[in-house]
Amino acid sequence: MAGETHTIESFVEKPKTLAVLREEITERRVRAADAIASYYERIEKKNPHLNIYLSLTKERALEQAARIDALAAKGDPLPPLAGVPVGIKDVLVVKGIPSTAGSKILENYRPPYDATVVTRLEAAGAVLLGKLNCDEFAMGSSNENSAYGPVRNPVDPERVPGGSSGGSAAAVAANLAMATLGTDTGGSIRQPASFCGVVGVLPTYGRVSRYGLIAFASSLDRVGPFAANVRDAASVLGVIAGSDPCDATSSPAPVEDYAAESDKPAAGLRIGVPKEYFAEGLDPEVRAAIEKGIETLKAAGCAIKPISLPHTQYAIPTYYLVATAEASANLARFDGVRYGYRSPKSETLSDMYSHSRDEGFGAEVKRRILLGTYALSAGYYDAYYLKAQQVRRILAEEFLRAFAEVDAIVTPTSPVPAFKLGEKTGDPLAMYLADIYTVTASLAGICGVTVPCGATQVGLPVGMQVLARHFGESTAFRVARAVEAAAL
Amino acid sequence: MNAKVTVEDVARVAELAHLKLTPDETAHMLTDLNAILDYVAELNELDTAGVAPLAQVSELEEFTSALRPDEVRPSLDRTAVTQQAPESDKVFFKVPKVIER
Repeated sequence: MAGETHTIESFVEKPKTLAVLREEITERRVRAADAIASYYERIEKKNPHLNIYLSLTKERALEQAARIDALAAKGDPLPPLAGVPVGIKDVLVVKGIPSTAGSKILENYRPPYDATVVTRLEAAGAVLLGKLNCDEFAMGSSNENSAYGPVRNPVDPERVPGGSSGGSAAAVAANLAMATLGTDTGGSIRQPASFCGVVGVLPTYGRVSRYGLIAFASSLDRVGPFAANVRDAASVLGVIAGSDPCDATSSPAPVEDYAAESDKPAAGLRIGVPKEYFAEGLDPEVRAAIEKGIETLKAAGCAIKPISLPHTQYAIPTYYLVATAEASANLARFDGVRYGYRSPKSETLSDMYSHSRDEGFGAEVKRRILLGTYALSAGYYDAYYLKAQQVRRILAEEFLRAFAEVDAIVTPTSPVPAFKLGEKTGDPLAMYLADIYTVTASLAGICGVTVPCGATQVGLPVGMQVLARHFGESTAFRVARAVEAAAL
Repeated sequence: MNAKVTVEDVARVAELAHLKLTPDETAHMLTDLNAILDYVAELNELDTAGVAPLAQVSELEEFTSALRPDEVRPSLDRTAVTQQAPESDKVFFKVPKVIER
C-alpha cells in the first residue's frame, strides 16, 4: 500500500472534526472567537490567489462566535455545530450580504431574507464566514464561468476546482472553512468535491429546502454539504435537512441521525458496479483508484455485484434539454425591473429587458437560455423537452430496478481528475460530456456521496461516487465511511 | 429533431428570451447550438411511445408534500424589497414606458 498512496498537499493542514471543535469550545480550551479569527487570517493569506470567497461576513461571524462563547462560559450545552466556520455558495441568499450567483447581473443585489439552510446552520451554532465563488447561476463544471474570475484548485492552483460549486469544494480543501454548502443540479457538488479531494453530498431531491436558492433548474437543484470527512458531512446534512413550509417541493420524510447511521459497518451491504461507468473515456488512473476502493468494500464485507444501467448514455442529452429548458424559465426574472442590474441606456421597456440581460449575463448563461428556449418553443417542444422528460422516466426507473437488487451503486465521480484552467473552455460540448457520471442521479432524484478514494501519480484527488435510493442517504454514508477508512 | 438551426432561428429564439446578440455572438451561438442539438438528436434512438414524462421526481418518492391552506400571510417587507429596485417610488417599481407612442 505504501508505494501507491499519494499525499494531497492541501491536507497538510487538515481541519479538525466538528466534534473535536465543539468539545474544545465546551471545555473552554478554545474560544470560538479565536477559531474564527484564525480562519479569517488564513482567508486573507490564501484568498487573493485562490479566489474562493467573493464576500466575507465578519461582523455576523464575530457576533455568532461571541454568542457561542457566552453559552460555553455559562456552562450551557452547545448546539450541534457550535463554532463551526462555514462558507455558503453565492447562489444561496444571506440577508444584506451580496448574493451574486457568480453573475454581474446580481453584482449589487442584497437579499432581504436568509435561505432556510442558512437559518438552520446558524440555529445550530455554525459561524457564517462568507459567500463562495461559483460558476454563474451554477452553470458550469469548472468554476471558469464566474463573472468574478475562476477559483483555483488548492491541490494544484493551475487547475480547476471543478464546478459549479468550485468555491465550496476548494474552501474545505484549503481549510478556509470546516464545512460549506454548495448546490448540485447535474453534478455541481460531487464533481468539485472529487477534484478537490473532499467529501460532497448530493441529498435526495426534496431532502433539503430550496427556499433562498437562486434557481437554475427547479426539478433538479439540490443544496448539499461539503466537509473534510464523511461523518462531518453527514452531521451538516442532518442540520439542514427536513421539510420547510417555504418550499413546496421539500419532503416530510423523517430526517435520520445521519452521522450515527454512518458509524454502522458496511458489512453485508450489496454494492452494484455498473459497467456503463467503466467504459471508454475513463482515465486509467481514475479507474485504478476506484477499483482499489471497490476492493476495500469487498474487504469490509460488502457483496460486490456487477450490474448494467443500459440507458446511461442518454443521460447527458436528456439533462441538457431539461436543465436548460427550466433555466430559461427561471432566468426570465432577471429583467432589470425589481432587482439586479438595469442597463442605463434603454428608452423602452423592451430594450431595458434585452440590454440588461445582454450586459448582465455571461456567454454560457446566454447559451443555455437560448438552448432551453429553443427546446421549449412552439414546434420543438414535443421533439425536445417532452422527449427528454420521457427518457428521464426511463433512466429513473432503471435506477429503481437496480436498487431492488443492490443497496448502493458505486462509480467514479468524474471520468478525469482536475484539468488545467483554460483546457476545456473552448468547447462547451466537451465540458458538458464531463458530467457523464453525475447527471444520471440528478435526473432520477436519488442521493449520493462522493468520497476521496485515492489520487493520481501527480497527486490529483480521485473521488468515488456512492449512490443510494431516494432518502437512502444513511446507506450511502455507511459505504462512504468504509471507503474513507482505507484511505486514511 | 434533425433540422439545422439557422441565423433566423437564433434571432427568433433570442427575441423570445429577451436577448439581443451581437453578430459575433450570433455566429458562435449558431455553431454551439447546432453542435449541441446534433448531439441531443441521439434521444431519437429511443422508443418512448407510451412513456409518461417525468417532470417532478417527487412523484417517485414515497412522500408527497401537502399544500398549505390558501390563506393570506405576511410576506417580505415592502421597504426592504423596493430598496433593491433600480428605480422605485417605494411602492411601485419604475420602468421606462411600455409603449412609445
